[in-house]
Amino acid sequence: MRYLPLTPDDRADMLARIGAENIDALFAAVPADKLLQAPPDLPRHKSEMEVERMLSRMAARNVSAGSVPFFVGAGAYKHHVPASVDHLIQRSEFLTSYTPYQPEISQGTLQMLFEFQTQVANLTGMEVANASMYDGSTGCGEAALMAHRITRRRKAVLSGGLHPHYADVVRSLSQMTGDNVVSMPADARANEDLLSQIDDSVSCVIVQSPDVFGNLRDLKPIADACHAKGALLIAVFTEVVSLGLIEPPGAMGADIVVGEGQSIGNGLIFGGPYVGLFATKQKYLRQMPGRIAGETVDAEGKRGWVLTLSTREQHIRREKATSNICTNSGLCALAFSIHMTLLGETGLRRLARLNHANAVKLADALTAAGVEVVNDTFFNEFTVRVKGDATALVERMAAQGVLGGVPASRLSPNAGVDDLLIIASTEVNTDEDRAALVAALKQ
Amino acid sequence: MSTIRYTKDHEYISVDGDVAIVGITDYAQAQLGDVVFVELPTMGKSFKKGEQAAVVESVKAASEVYAPVSGEVVEINSELEGAPALVNEDSVGKGWFVKLRITDQGELGALMDEAAYADYLKTLD
Amino acid sequence: MLNNQGRPTQPVEAVAPHVRKTFTGHRALAMEEGLIFEIGRAEVTGVDVDDAGEFTPRLGKLERTTPIDLPGLSEPEAMRHYVRLSQKNYAIDLGLYPLGSCTMKHNPRLNERMARLPGFGDIHPLQPVSTVQGALELIDTLADWLTEMTGASAVAMSPKAGAHGEACGMMAIKAALEARGEGAQRRVVLVPESAHGTNPATAALIGYDVRPIPARDDGTVSVEAAQAALGPEVAALMLTNPNTCGLFEPEVVAIAQAVHAAGAYFYCDGANFNAIVGKVRPMDLGVDAMHINLHKTFSTPHGGGGPGAGPVVLSAALAPFAPVPFIRKDADKFAFVEHAEGTQSFGRMTAFHGQMGMFVRAMSYMLSHGGDGIRQASEDAVLNANYIRVCLSDVMSAPFGDKPCMHEALFDDRWLKGTGVTTLDFAKAMIDEGYHPMTMYFPLVVHGAMLIEPTESESKASLDLFIMALRDLAFSVQKGETERFSGAPYYSPRRRLDETRAARTPVLRWTKRKPIPAANQIAAE
Repeated sequence: MRYLPLTPDDRADMLARIGAENIDALFAAVPADKLLQAPPDLPRHKSEMEVERMLSRMAARNVSAGSVPFFVGAGAYKHHVPASVDHLIQRSEFLTSYTPYQPEISQGTLQMLFEFQTQVANLTGMEVANASMYDGSTGCGEAALMAHRITRRRKAVLSGGLHPHYADVVRSLSQMTGDNVVSMPADARANEDLLSQIDDSVSCVIVQSPDVFGNLRDLKPIADACHAKGALLIAVFTEVVSLGLIEPPGAMGADIVVGEGQSIGNGLIFGGPYVGLFATKQKYLRQMPGRIAGETVDAEGKRGWVLTLSTREQHIRREKATSNICTNSGLCALAFSIHMTLLGETGLRRLARLNHANAVKLADALTAAGVEVVNDTFFNEFTVRVKGDATALVERMAAQGVLGGVPASRLSPNAGVDDLLIIASTEVNTDEDRAALVAALKQ
Repeated sequence: MSTIRYTKDHEYISVDGDVAIVGITDYAQAQLGDVVFVELPTMGKSFKKGEQAAVVESVKAASEVYAPVSGEVVEINSELEGAPALVNEDSVGKGWFVKLRITDQGELGALMDEAAYADYLKTLD
Repeated sequence: MLNNQGRPTQPVEAVAPHVRKTFTGHRALAMEEGLIFEIGRAEVTGVDVDDAGEFTPRLGKLERTTPIDLPGLSEPEAMRHYVRLSQKNYAIDLGLYPLGSCTMKHNPRLNERMARLPGFGDIHPLQPVSTVQGALELIDTLADWLTEMTGASAVAMSPKAGAHGEACGMMAIKAALEARGEGAQRRVVLVPESAHGTNPATAALIGYDVRPIPARDDGTVSVEAAQAALGPEVAALMLTNPNTCGLFEPEVVAIAQAVHAAGAYFYCDGANFNAIVGKVRPMDLGVDAMHINLHKTFSTPHGGGGPGAGPVVLSAALAPFAPVPFIRKDADKFAFVEHAEGTQSFGRMTAFHGQMGMFVRAMSYMLSHGGDGIRQASEDAVLNANYIRVCLSDVMSAPFGDKPCMHEALFDDRWLKGTGVTTLDFAKAMIDEGYHPMTMYFPLVVHGAMLIEPTESESKASLDLFIMALRDLAFSVQKGETERFSGAPYYSPRRRLDETRAARTPVLRWTKRKPIPAANQIAAE
């Protein structure tokens, strides 16, 4: 077995040194009738070549995004990731290291996290950010709990434009803790009246922009209404590239900003691992979940970094911790940070503009072809109304080799949105891709 | 003229009339190591004896501080927010936590005086 | 000289006298490196993006009006920045990483290649199900292997990490109790004092009261202690097995029976499953739910703190309450159940289907090892730990005497008493010897704990050198050579860091201010 260095002779020598008759003598605490006498009923070990053959066969049964005209979004986006990003995150010292508990020999990870936190804070227009969450949706659930701790209220109001999966995560958790959730109905035109929902009992309002249908939301009036009643505004995004072109949530008064960072540095990978971005105001720092890297000096006075404020965390506070989170999404945060560093301000703004331009071109082409675009505003994703059932249409387009979007009903069944199709267009789409989609949709 | 009493959890209470200053003892701060944050209650909050009144955090530990007697918070040491090191440097002076208006003077009788606390410390370790 | 809080208590000589200062601050291959905010420029970019051309924006009035303040680096600059940073990290690929309970085993590179096949790495979670049949086949196959190795009825694949898996398992338990009409009555979760902090944090997160149960001196739980704490108000008992002291819970079967007799569920923290996989099936012991850290047992890389993956195996009683999405196998194809309506599922843990990238890696690991290799890996992990335990037992003190351990060997600090050297000092001196320290001060029930987990990835020669190095350090302690420990580490990229300063005056992001000069700037001044 190529991953196991011990030889049979080594094992015999070591058992003799230990004074154990055989290996099972070391498993003596296991009840004898529960100790398996043979390996589990599974295939025997395989060579690298055999494993590669088996898994490649499975992989070949999937249609990869890069192989077709591709317009699927709704929470995860196909972008080009520079080759250097994937090379760097596979360096042994990043890939095969643990959480930086020993700062003297983890300065690489710690400095990177400090840079990541600064990038996230600057992008969102907030004062502090943590070292990442599992993904945007779990971060959203944590944000609601954080708002409950700060306001000492237990009621969240969810916008109808919040990604339905994110809303499900918040609801599932709230159901367990007995907290209140008010969910506004799915609303493709962003006409909902959130303000009338905000009263003295509300802990937080959770609003996504661009929302799941692609609409841009002005958060300022919602933030003002929240603050007038002592509630917090949680701003959510699923497409972080949008922050290169639109006003950041921090500038519009958000108290907590949480979003999905997958678009930068990370592939689609069928839904994970991704990287949750989480930022807030300085005054709420101690209620923020997750790990944080901070600056300090070493014994020689040289600048360095450590994990800090860990007394909020589970390994010290146990049942009084701010969250049960242990692991963050370190390597995905690294990929994000490297890609963002490569882009820089100039590159990100250009990328965001190109995404928006491609979506506008597509929307114009669809409108010209007689397809109804629902949105007034959007970034790189918008919703169209189709004739009949969008799910059947998407299947038909897939059969023709076009992955043409996400039926809104796949996210929200029984919500009366069967004829809505959510379409994303990023920098990867060519004129030919757009033509293929328009042709497929016109049929 | 104030009198100081102590709890087994190493809080001290310095009583002057019906108002008392509460903090943690020098022994407690030494055990905790470098204090980095103190979470204080809000003004006007009332505690029963033994309820959690504050949390004191060092780099690697967080400890709860309990109200030695029942009372209402009339003042908090807001200096600790910017200078938690005061707890280490001067725990019974500038490193105090809260001032309580005592609701039941009778509860003081159950606490240790200076000599009893010194004897109690000898039993530890 | 530093105290045990990591804070310098008296000035340390800046550098050893024989070390010359360099102009750049670098020391040959050890490079100093500034922050991207110091070396980058807003106008520089390492990505060529096509010009968008002329078009009419559809942003309403929400176009960004403020600068973002993001520095950019060209590709050669970025390569150098991140390669230099990487060289300040310890890694499994550099040396033995004996971090107890964290399981730092070899990460096969085949797994990385497989996860990057476009058919896995470049597919979208919301593509039509007909276009991802191979992905569902992989998840389903992985689930089959996990149920076979644990004896479970079902497995919830979506949890993102161990703690997330714990929450998932406990939410399934809560849903099952509610379905039985006992949700309001059963409000308490029992957690041994020796448990990892995530257990009580998870129980509290989903609204349970946590009741600690006492552990014996060796961290194990007696059936009497469990029984004394059980009652009609108890929802579940959470137990780590093998436990946090590296011991198999000898009374686990009787404890499970007592839990079930009291009408509660038995949650097992599977963080240490790597010691017994292929040797014992947890469900045979009476477990109802257990999370599996794919990043520990099945070697998906830790990546400097994640991503992990925490699938949860469930007994037949809990299987109906598993979260969406789950896979349904129809005659000739796989289907997805993505919504809880019309099922008993408690809901959803995360936006999509879980950590697919980790699933592929774990599947690749399992196929490579096979049933036989997985069993051998557990045996070797236990053998290696016991070898270390026995070879160090005459110089260090083991809290439980000569009792065999599972996959990790635990020592306490009795042998350091009166020497002026603490567990922390000893650990930092290991850094100078080229080792990552073991887990220390955990589990909390053992004073000055040192928890050593070598894993199955070490050769005998590697173990022997490690043992000799630790023996040499131990002799140094005995000889009173305290400066080898009190100032350690001497040779790492940074000496001990001032954690008190970091926590008292948190600096959590870069801002335009006078920064603490980097070492190369000090040299230049």
